[in-house]
Amino acid sequence: MTDRQILVSVKRLKKYFPITRGILIQREVGSVKAVDDVSFDIYEGETLGLVGESGCGKTTCGRTLMQLYRPTGGEVWFDGVDLTKTKGQNLRQMRKKMQMIFQDPYASLNPRWTIARIVGESLRVHKIITGKKAQDDRIKQLLELVQLNPSQLNRYPHEFSGGQRQRIGVARALASNPDFIVCDEPISALDVSIQAQVVNLLEDLQDKVGLTYLFIAHDLSMVRHICDRVAVMYLGVIVESGQRDELYDHPLHPYTKALLSAVPIPDPRATRARHRIILEGDVPSPANPPKGCRFHPRCPIAGEECKVIVPEWREVASEHWVACHKV
Amino acid sequence: MGALLEVKNLKVQFNTLEGVVQAVNGVSFIVEKGKTLGIVGESGCGKSVTVLSVMRLIAEPPGKISSGEVLFEGKDLLKIDKIHMQNIRGQEIAMVFQDPMTSLNPVLTIGKQISEAIIVHQHVSNEEAFKQTVNLLELVGIPQAEARYNDFPHQFSGGMRQRVMIAMGLSCNPSLLIADEPTTSLDVTIQAQIVELTKSLQSKFGMSVIWITHDLGVIAEIADRVIVMYAGYIVEEADVFSIFENPVHPYTLSLLKSLPRVDSRRYERLAIIPGSPPDCIHMPAGCPFMVRCGFAIERCGVENPLLEIVEDDHKAACWVDVKNGRAE
Repeated sequence: MTDRQILVSVKRLKKYFPITRGILIQREVGSVKAVDDVSFDIYEGETLGLVGESGCGKTTCGRTLMQLYRPTGGEVWFDGVDLTKTKGQNLRQMRKKMQMIFQDPYASLNPRWTIARIVGESLRVHKIITGKKAQDDRIKQLLELVQLNPSQLNRYPHEFSGGQRQRIGVARALASNPDFIVCDEPISALDVSIQAQVVNLLEDLQDKVGLTYLFIAHDLSMVRHICDRVAVMYLGVIVESGQRDELYDHPLHPYTKALLSAVPIPDPRATRARHRIILEGDVPSPANPPKGCRFHPRCPIAGEECKVIVPEWREVASEHWVACHKV
Repeated sequence: MGALLEVKNLKVQFNTLEGVVQAVNGVSFIVEKGKTLGIVGESGCGKSVTVLSVMRLIAEPPGKISSGEVLFEGKDLLKIDKIHMQNIRGQEIAMVFQDPMTSLNPVLTIGKQISEAIIVHQHVSNEEAFKQTVNLLELVGIPQAEARYNDFPHQFSGGMRQRVMIAMGLSCNPSLLIADEPTTSLDVTIQAQIVELTKSLQSKFGMSVIWITHDLGVIAEIADRVIVMYAGYIVEEADVFSIFENPVHPYTLSLLKSLPRVDSRRYERLAIIPGSPPDCIHMPAGCPFMVRCGFAIERCGVENPLLEIVEDDHKAACWVDVKNGRAE
């Protein structure tokens, strides 16, 4: 595992959204710190899982990484280029190599466009393939790759089911031959029996095309299944990360422990026998996060230092990083 | 324990421009006193329509309960008049809906919304209703209940709103609480809170619960008895242990196999169920699951199997004996 190449390197990434008051003269009165100083590397060919509750900043993190939102601070290195300092044509060139699959397959496909136009958009934009015939051939090939019927390329999104639409989204992401795909909750809007179809497809594509994924999700069971490494986010920061077995079998951070113990297990005996950590209350507002460790108001083992000092991000075991005073 | 609710051969259909949607096709089940019945199935399998029919909340037209009986403590709810039904709703049977944002009125304070039900059903004074409401909010674990009485729904988080919904459901001490995907839009940590809350309230008040979800994990945790629905039919019914440890119907079997487990190191490929559920307007002849089923035999395409007892208290609707690999 030593010869792994880093494909994406995120360094001290920050994204603050301003809170404004006033209609004509807008004053900034504060900011929502959606992503606050997040660093991680993604190795070539691996799947990194980014998990956390809604509002913890995982989607913002993915979008900022893609430069769909410009970051407030930090760097994103991809293929030797700092994306945060790249713009215009150069950024567009980079976008070919990184694509995104969105959460809601109903909202992320233009209802007035045919499948051919949706999937072929990046072929046209990036001028990868010119000529109608050649483009259609490539689109058919892509549809086949995601196990859709290539003869359906002139249909519209509403003629497809949720799972099929998500496949169209995958085909669109694959069109420009990317190295890296950000999957933003790609299965959470799908039915249980369809989720496995899409997950298997993503895994097959990884084997076939050699893709690298950032897999953003809140379903911890599915993340364990698909990801090589997992990072846990809470309120804009990463609190723990590690190899999947290490993290799931030996969670260290109290938040990770609580999160894992809350995941339902489809086995009535196991689920009734285990000890559950029920967290009190809700996630605090990211506009005004708690001082010190952000988790301390809900933490069952918080001490005095947790209220004042931000815990250091340190490696406790091989590739197992955690930010907690009590570990 | 006796039956609190008994549904017999319920059929519900909807008339649409494209044709008649057969949403529920002859569903029968029993909810026992003090027990929890879990109903699982994918979206569109008729699980919500089933309980909405129990509450008589199906809009007619386009909907129509074409046959069946809903016996609640012996009375057939489908035959009683509207005013009588109004009294049963909220007082005897309460419902918690999936989306706490759209099912609360955004322009009324949550205190008003809860006390409304108390005043309507129990004919008490405003002061008494206020007291009861604050008690309920405390019961479901909302901090500073008295101060939050005058807050509006948007001032609460998703989990807190769902607690408000549960408080509203409990306001008249119902004997049956129907929870229609109450935790689907919530995070796992909040889901765990709501599940624990429901369990503790159930043991306190001894009410029966119908818990609808598509999440088999939650069902494993909360249900005593489980019904698996597919395309408007019950395909399997058993107690919670049998359904997870000894599933009989191919659909239940593949659903369980397609789920990864958070506590296991087995990373083999997930089993998939190919295709998607049938269109309920043009229902195929024979078993609705046949086209997606790996065990299908010739008979499955011709005749739809009935829900029959396989062993003890375990029912399934399938022609094939999946476990022993032969047709019955």
